[in-house]
Amino acid sequence: MSNIVAKTGNEAMAEAMRQINPDVVAAYPITPATEIVQIFSTFVNDGKVDTIFVPTESEHSAISACIGAAAGGARVMTSTSSQGLALMHEILYITAGLRLPMVICEVNRALSAPINIHCDHSDTMGSRDAGWIQIFSEDSQEAYDQTILAMKISEELFFPVMVTTDGFIISHAMSRLEVFDDKEVQSYVGEHKTPYNVLDIDNPITVGSLVLQDYYMEIKTQQAHEMMKAKEKIKELYADFNKKMKRNYSIIEEYFMEDAEFAIVALGSTAGTARYLCEKLREKGEKVGVVKPRIFRPFFAPEMVAILENVKGIAVLDRSDMMSSTGGHLFNELKSSFYRNSKQPAMKDYIYGLGGRDITVGDIENVLKDIKDFSNSKETTPDVKYITVRE
Amino acid sequence: MKKSWKDVDIALIVKKGGTAQDFKTGDWRSSKPVWDSEKCKQCLTCWLFCPDSSIQVKDEKMTGIDFEHCKGCGICAKECPFKAIEMEVEKK
Repeated sequence: MSNIVAKTGNEAMAEAMRQINPDVVAAYPITPATEIVQIFSTFVNDGKVDTIFVPTESEHSAISACIGAAAGGARVMTSTSSQGLALMHEILYITAGLRLPMVICEVNRALSAPINIHCDHSDTMGSRDAGWIQIFSEDSQEAYDQTILAMKISEELFFPVMVTTDGFIISHAMSRLEVFDDKEVQSYVGEHKTPYNVLDIDNPITVGSLVLQDYYMEIKTQQAHEMMKAKEKIKELYADFNKKMKRNYSIIEEYFMEDAEFAIVALGSTAGTARYLCEKLREKGEKVGVVKPRIFRPFFAPEMVAILENVKGIAVLDRSDMMSSTGGHLFNELKSSFYRNSKQPAMKDYIYGLGGRDITVGDIENVLKDIKDFSNSKETTPDVKYITVRE
Repeated sequence: MKKSWKDVDIALIVKKGGTAQDFKTGDWRSSKPVWDSEKCKQCLTCWLFCPDSSIQVKDEKMTGIDFEHCKGCGICAKECPFKAIEMEVEKK
């Protein structure tokens, strides 16, 4: 049987979940992530997995059930999107604070109000400080591969991981997918690892106890340092995945960056559009490159600076806004990363595609024209521009 | 010796169970339940309802109230069918 199949992003993530065969999946449906657990629930019904499936009354309950199961030593996954992730918000911090391995298949979608079911990164960015590792996917293939990789990262580092796709653009678009054999995935993810087990009745423990002024600072400092250390380990785990699973992923994907004068930085599906444009412009001799960070949390600041510091201008594409008057999330991270760096390329934020507004090759071409003008100008503001919007 | 951030256990788990008992919540109380053993019919409704497991019972009989943990919520007094528990303002 061929290992090349046609699958949507949601089908790809559900397939990865089937092959991982988690012990527990607790979930609540939400567009556009519904299919992931819907498909997975048919795997449960058809006996294709050994998973205990817990349909809950809300996302808050879903992830709470996942925490209970994870603390009890189970390999746990769930899936959500948008308002669902927002409803999980307080429990996201608890998952990370308890250092429980868990993987969420997150489909990026706008947040209300007004109600919108289409893609932007507001939901995932809203939980950027919760202590989760956040991985973005450009297509179904990355979503599939990185879901499997995420389970490993989560259990090796004891950090929960969310793997994201872009709502509808990836989640519902069918594309070519190269899948592994079930045995390959099982052998890769290996034996489940857990930091502790509350059901080990011979060695009773208390999890989630009250910790006030006396120890809270210590445990949060430890968690922050573990996240710093995680960066090197994530690099190693990506390299290990490439070797074992015959893939070629880097933590930051660079496209024509060796001699680029202008760079586009984008997360997720838009990076593909930017690369297409980059290729066309390169044929005309324009020195343009694309940088796609796969991981937003932890943020690989020195690595991003090393790739970008020699360009004249950086155009950051942000599919989320911070409503702070200072631009979007990716822009703010990158701007901070460049603080006190000896080389300071011009940098401008382009907020685009909110609520699923389409972004075209032409839109990105305009961004490039704008960043060229901005780099040549003496003006340093405004450095945030809203594009793909009616003026 | 208190531990540094480098030495604390992951997620600050406590390597024993039942640790809530070590946390004395009795000083949160602003009013206290007063139990009248004469009126008490030993139905143990209070024991069933007490959210802090503070109704002391021995050999299926109520023997008193654990004031180290009772927060003075008054549920026992409210639920007692025989008015054998009444709340009074805590004098400190």
